[in-house]
Amino acid sequence: MRLLFGSLFAFIIAALVGLGATYFALTRGAAFGALKIGSWTAWPKTGTADADPYARASIARTGQLPISLGDGVSFSAQTDDAGRVLDGRCDVVLDGVTPAARFWTLTLYNNGGDLVANSVSRYGFTSQEIVRRADGSFSIIVAPRANPGNWLPTGGIDRYMLVLRLYDTAVGVSTRAGREVPMPSVKTRSCP
Amino acid sequence: MMRWLLLLLGGALLGGVVHLATVMILPRTATNDAYARLTPIAPVNKVTPIPVPSPDAALMPFMDPAFVSAVCRYDLSKSGLKLTVPVSLSYTSISFYTRYDVAYYAINDRAAGRRVIELDLMTTEQHNDMPEEEDVTAADRLIVESPTTTGLIVVRALATEPGLMPMARNAIAAAQCRPLEPSQASR
Repeated sequence: MRLLFGSLFAFIIAALVGLGATYFALTRGAAFGALKIGSWTAWPKTGTADADPYARASIARTGQLPISLGDGVSFSAQTDDAGRVLDGRCDVVLDGVTPAARFWTLTLYNNGGDLVANSVSRYGFTSQEIVRRADGSFSIIVAPRANPGNWLPTGGIDRYMLVLRLYDTAVGVSTRAGREVPMPSVKTRSCP
Repeated sequence: MMRWLLLLLGGALLGGVVHLATVMILPRTATNDAYARLTPIAPVNKVTPIPVPSPDAALMPFMDPAFVSAVCRYDLSKSGLKLTVPVSLSYTSISFYTRYDVAYYAINDRAAGRRVIELDLMTTEQHNDMPEEEDVTAADRLIVESPTTTGLIVVRALATEPGLMPMARNAIAAAQCRPLEPSQASR
């Protein structure tokens, strides 16, 4: 009887620990080989045949097709540079330049990966659409209400994420975060 | 007391095994992965356009709304596949995914360096069965080996501004994937 209770106890612990760890690993999007630049994170290795088991499991769970490394790299940001979670009711400013790439796109998603409805049907920018300064740098205002310049509407949702995809770029598995890969800064300017 | 602590430790260790096993098994048991989502709209060995994502409807999460895309759900069990994709004005890419949505190869218009990207997709066995001299002489014939017999080819064209969407769509509409004819495969 003691043996039965003992092993039952051990099995329950095993199930809790094992399934709990799997759940946390997959909902937090854990994978090896993260490339972090400012508030932007990319997992270049996820887009290759060498993707680790965590990356494979999280791809299968979310139902997305990862961007292949031969195609490009996808950086995502859920917080600003100060570590504050991106809030769709605030004005957030992206400023700077991107790493060298033939094209890039910036898209706003809710945390489930869906586009966010807004009055002007704008879900993001491509590198060709952006208005730049004379030195090639740009700034994008992510805000619920219309702003002059490059305005990306948030639709007023409270949590969102920004995804910057670089297409045909040299940024990849061997890239180290540093001066050669400049990413735009993300700053919360004002909040209601 | 000691006995329960030991059982707790044993349970935690076993939990580690459970964790690793579930992570490894998950891709094979997922019922709503990208391949499963594309199966209802995409017939086998045929290029099918994927609807552009909108806030109300998106086939998969995290799709890039600036791209027009099409998918060829392939099955190489009978023969290899020939893929022909005309390049669009700005940027065209072809990505290859296994049955479990792992990207194993991609090529873009610049790497291909032509107006029309042409390549053959086959399994390793089919590639090995090919007469050797053909592989050498046809240097311009690009052959991709698929690690699984089924999988996805995703063709994508960038519309740098919304007005260029129809043009990108036209370029993608001319893409084709079809089984290699037996004479072509083993000539």
